[in-house]
Amino acid sequence: MDAFSRRSPVIRATATGFVLLWLLIAAFPFVWTVWGSFKVEPDFFSRDTWWHAILGTNTARLTGDAFTGDGYYGAWVTTQFWRSTLNTAIITVCVVVISLSFGTLGGYALARSTARYRFVILIAALFFRAMPDITLVSGYLLPFFQLNIWGYLPTAIIVLVALNQPFTLWMMYSFFQGIPRDLDESALVDGCTRFQAFRLAIVPVMWPGVITTGLFAFLLAYNDFSVTGLVLSERNQTMVPKIASYLGQIQSEGNVMFAVAAVVSITIPIFLLVMFFQRYLVSGLTAGAVKG
Amino acid sequence: MPHSTFFRFMFPSLLAMLLFIALPIVSIVVQSLFIEHEQVIVTSETCQPFGGCTSTSTVDSAATAQLRAEEPLGRFNGLGTYIDRNHLAFGELRDILTTSDGFTDAVSRIYNLPLYRALAFTVTYCALVTPLAMMLGLLIALAVNTVPQMLKGPVIFFSLVPMLITPLVGSLILFWMLNSEGILGAAIQNVFNDPGLSTRSSAPLTWAMLIVYGIWTNAPFSFIVFYAGLQAVPRDTVEAAMIDGASRIERIRYVVLPSLKPLILFVLLVQLMDNFRVFEPIISFNAAANATSLSYQIYSSLNTQTSQLFGSAAATSVITIGFIAVLIVPVLLRVARELSTGRG
Repeated sequence: MDAFSRRSPVIRATATGFVLLWLLIAAFPFVWTVWGSFKVEPDFFSRDTWWHAILGTNTARLTGDAFTGDGYYGAWVTTQFWRSTLNTAIITVCVVVISLSFGTLGGYALARSTARYRFVILIAALFFRAMPDITLVSGYLLPFFQLNIWGYLPTAIIVLVALNQPFTLWMMYSFFQGIPRDLDESALVDGCTRFQAFRLAIVPVMWPGVITTGLFAFLLAYNDFSVTGLVLSERNQTMVPKIASYLGQIQSEGNVMFAVAAVVSITIPIFLLVMFFQRYLVSGLTAGAVKG
Repeated sequence: MPHSTFFRFMFPSLLAMLLFIALPIVSIVVQSLFIEHEQVIVTSETCQPFGGCTSTSTVDSAATAQLRAEEPLGRFNGLGTYIDRNHLAFGELRDILTTSDGFTDAVSRIYNLPLYRALAFTVTYCALVTPLAMMLGLLIALAVNTVPQMLKGPVIFFSLVPMLITPLVGSLILFWMLNSEGILGAAIQNVFNDPGLSTRSSAPLTWAMLIVYGIWTNAPFSFIVFYAGLQAVPRDTVEAAMIDGASRIERIRYVVLPSLKPLILFVLLVQLMDNFRVFEPIISFNAAANATSLSYQIYSSLNTQTSQLFGSAAATSVITIGFIAVLIVPVLLRVARELSTGRG
C-alpha cells in the first residue's frame, strides 16, 4: 500500500462527494439543454414551474407529444442552419490542414535551429497569442473592404490560419524538441538534404504531435466568433455567428427554440471530439505546462 | 541549421504572421489616428419676395459618399480619438477630479465613462475568475486523486466539455438556466422569495453570473494540468513528511504545492491571457447594459448598423494591446531568460 491509498474513510467520502458535485455542475447544463431542446418555448422557459420542462406539459398540449423536433426543424430547415454548418466544415478543415502544414515546418525549424533569433520568434509568438483576436480584426476590416475581399470564406480561413500560428508553432516546437536529434542528423550524415531528412526521418514519427496540435487548431477555428462574426457576410456565416444572429431576433420572432436546437447541434461534434481524442487533448494541455 | 534553411522552413508561418498579425497592428495604429468624415452639409438660402430669407441645411449624401470613398480612412485626427469621451477621456477625468464631492461620487462618475466601465469589468473578471478557477481546479484535482479509479475517466471527460465548448455556446447554455425563466434563475427567485430578481435588471447579479460562467469554464484547465502535476509529485517526499508527523494540510502546503509551483505559474499566465479577452459571454448574457469589456467595446464599434467606427475601434484596440503589454512583458522576459539559459 502506498501513501496515497491509506486514507481515512471520512476524507474519502468527502472527496467522492465533492467530485460527484463537480460532475453534476460540469455535466448537468448540457443534459438539461439537450432535454429541453425537444420541448416548446413555454416549457423550456417556464414561468410557472420547471416540472413543465421535465414533463413537457405544454409540449404535449401544443404538439400532441411530450417531445417535439420543431426547434431542430426550424433551425436546420427554416433558417438554413445547414448552410452555416457547411461553411463551418469548410473553414475548419482548411484551417486545420493549412495551419498544421505551416506550423509543422516552422516548429521543426525552431526546434532544430541554434541561432538566437529563434527566441525572438518564439517570444513574439507568445505576445501575439496574448492579444485578443478582436483587436486585430479591427485592423483587418478597412483593408479588406478596400481590397474587396471582405465576406468570403477564404479570407476568414487565411486570417484564422495566421491567428493559429503562434499556438501551433509553440506546440510543434515543444513536440519536436522531444524527438531525438540523432534521428534526423543521421539522415543528414547519410547525405540527405534538410528537407529530405525531415520528410524521411521526422514525418513518420510526428503524428501524435500533429494530431494533438490539430485538435486545438480545430477548436480555435470551430469556436471562433470574433473573426467569423465580423469578417464573413451573412450568406457565408458559420455556425457561431448564426447562433448569435438568432439572439438578436428572439424578441421579434419567438424563435428562441431554434437557438436552443442549434446550440445542441453545435455541441455534438465537441462531445465526439472529447470522447474519441480525450488522451490527446489531455496530453496537449499538459505538454504546454511542461515546456512553459 | 543554416540560416537559409531555417528561413525556408519558417517562411509560410512567418509570412502569415507578418501579414495578418504584425501588419494589422500597424493598421490599427494608423486607423486610430483618423476619424470618420463628417457628413457634407449644404446650406442653401431661399428668399421669398416678401418674407425675407430662410437658410436650410441639408445633408449632401452624394458628396458625403464620394468623400468617404475617396478617403476611406477619414480625416486626420491625431490623438483626438484617444482622449475623447469614449476612450481615455482626460478632459472628463480632470473635470470629475476637480468638481466631485467625495470619493464615491468620483468613482461612480468615472465608471460612467465607457472605456473605464469596460476596464473595470475586464479587470474584476480577470482578478476574480483567475484565482477562483485555479483554486477550484486544484481542489478537484486533489479530490480526484483520492477517489476510486472508475470515477476518474468520467470526471475528466465531463470536465473537458465545459472547457472546450464554444464560449458563445457555453455561456448561452448557462444563461438560459440562470435566466429568470430558467431552472436556476427560478430557483434563486424562490430562495430569496423575490419574483423580481433577475440577472437582466441588476448589475451586481449580472457580474456575478458572468464570473460564475468564467469559473465554470476555466476551472477544468487548472484541474487537468494540476492533476497531471500531482502524478509527478515525488511519493518518497510525501511519505517522509508523513513519517515526520505532517498533517494532511501541512503535506499539501509544504510538499505538494511547492512541486506544483511551475505549473501554477503556467496556468496563471494562460488564464490571464484568456480572461483578459472576455467577450462572448457578454453577448450571450445580453449583458452590455450592465457589464462591458474592452473586447466588447471594440466589437460594438465595429458591429453597427450604419457606419462602422473604425477610428474608435482602432483606438480601443491600441489601448487594449497596451494593457496586455504591461501585463505580459514581465512574464515574457522571464520566459526569454529561461529559453536562453539552456532549457530552449
